[in-house]
Amino acid sequence: MRHLMNPMDFSVEELNRLFDLARDIEQHPEAYAHKCEGKKLATCFYEPSTRTRLSFETAMLNLGGSVIGFSDAASSSASKGESVSDTIRVISCFADICAMRHPKEGAPMVAASRSSIPVINAGDGGHQHPTQTLTDLLTIRALKGRLDHFTIGLCGDLKFGRTVHSLVNALARYADIHFIFISPEELRIPGYLREKLQENNLSFEEEIRLEDVLPKLDLLYMTRVQRERFFNEEDYVRLKDFYILNKEKMELAKEDMLVLHPLPRVNEISVEVDDDPRAVYFKQVQYGVYVRMALILTLLELA
Amino acid sequence: MLNVGKIEEGFVLDLIPAGKSMSIYYHLGLDKLDCTVAIIKNARSHVMGRKDIIKVECDINSLNLDVLAVIDHTITINVIKNAEIVEKRELVLPQELTDIMKCRNPRCITSIEQELPHIFYLADPVKELYRCKYCDEKNSERDFN
Repeated sequence: MRHLMNPMDFSVEELNRLFDLARDIEQHPEAYAHKCEGKKLATCFYEPSTRTRLSFETAMLNLGGSVIGFSDAASSSASKGESVSDTIRVISCFADICAMRHPKEGAPMVAASRSSIPVINAGDGGHQHPTQTLTDLLTIRALKGRLDHFTIGLCGDLKFGRTVHSLVNALARYADIHFIFISPEELRIPGYLREKLQENNLSFEEEIRLEDVLPKLDLLYMTRVQRERFFNEEDYVRLKDFYILNKEKMELAKEDMLVLHPLPRVNEISVEVDDDPRAVYFKQVQYGVYVRMALILTLLELA
Repeated sequence: MLNVGKIEEGFVLDLIPAGKSMSIYYHLGLDKLDCTVAIIKNARSHVMGRKDIIKVECDINSLNLDVLAVIDHTITINVIKNAEIVEKRELVLPQELTDIMKCRNPRCITSIEQELPHIFYLADPVKELYRCKYCDEKNSERDFN
């Protein structure tokens, strides 16, 4: 039995199989509409995350399965003091697979170690969010046809943004990727990630101005500056509008550059950019459903 | 100069960085044993200037010595039988440490689920860096229980 805790749990070959499956699901959804009939997905969300939870639930419903679960800790037995270890043992009696989000880092790993059903980490605090990374990779692969030979710009909150760290680690396994990290000094990538890139001789640069690097990019991954990652409001207000992608800046970019964003967006991408064919962040959401469908099938060994 | 006699059966921890012997004493659980333990602090050393030494009269295999490598891998272990050194053991950083260090990350699941073992894995042998198995936070000196 396998679980998914970290995007690196899958080898490049396993990811290729997963993405091939996701693409097949996209092209032939009817062939998968009954694959999970009689199976139940438990969405155990100890903190609210409408987008991720609905994506998982949609994925299971698209496969003909059904869904049970809770959407915040207050409506679960955690409010009575039950441990994650006990909860997953109980959930294992009800469902065939579990997607868990928890504010504490490592909670899904604890669940996986006690579970008799596959557990998917649907986000554990600021630690990992592997299905977001799989979504990002699938989107790039589907729209560019490959996952290698790119210059990718990652912009915004690079210090606290777990999606950025995960994506960098995942893309680092592919050939000829050049990373350009675009952020204010205060929100640069953490030291350990910089050291890792240096130790592995990966090509990267750190820039401050988005405009300066836009013409070089094949991909631009935008992130929001998250209020909850800051200890004081002043810093948040000062930095949140630092990098805003608008129509004017998009004119500097290549004609086939893709703009990705894990969403939700606050104001780092102007609404006027949404109609630009290079803006693919809403398509990304759709790919998130396909990749979760492929993941559920793979972990349930129904692929 | 202070002299502490030889031990018959047991082991001697030598080349302990000066000042670390009491920490080792507690981490090895020597305070809970009823065997003879001698702690020599600030002994003169040609190599280190000052060092600590611990002599213990008990079976070395009854103790988990993993913590020693984490405190300082240059510590040497001499196994004694019949008052003679019969073996010199080298310390190797263990791949995993259980309940030797404590994760201090307030966002880690171990901060709320008290019964969980605190497990650290060896993330970088060159830098002697361990990370929490659950949250990947790196260890620091203050993480020792």
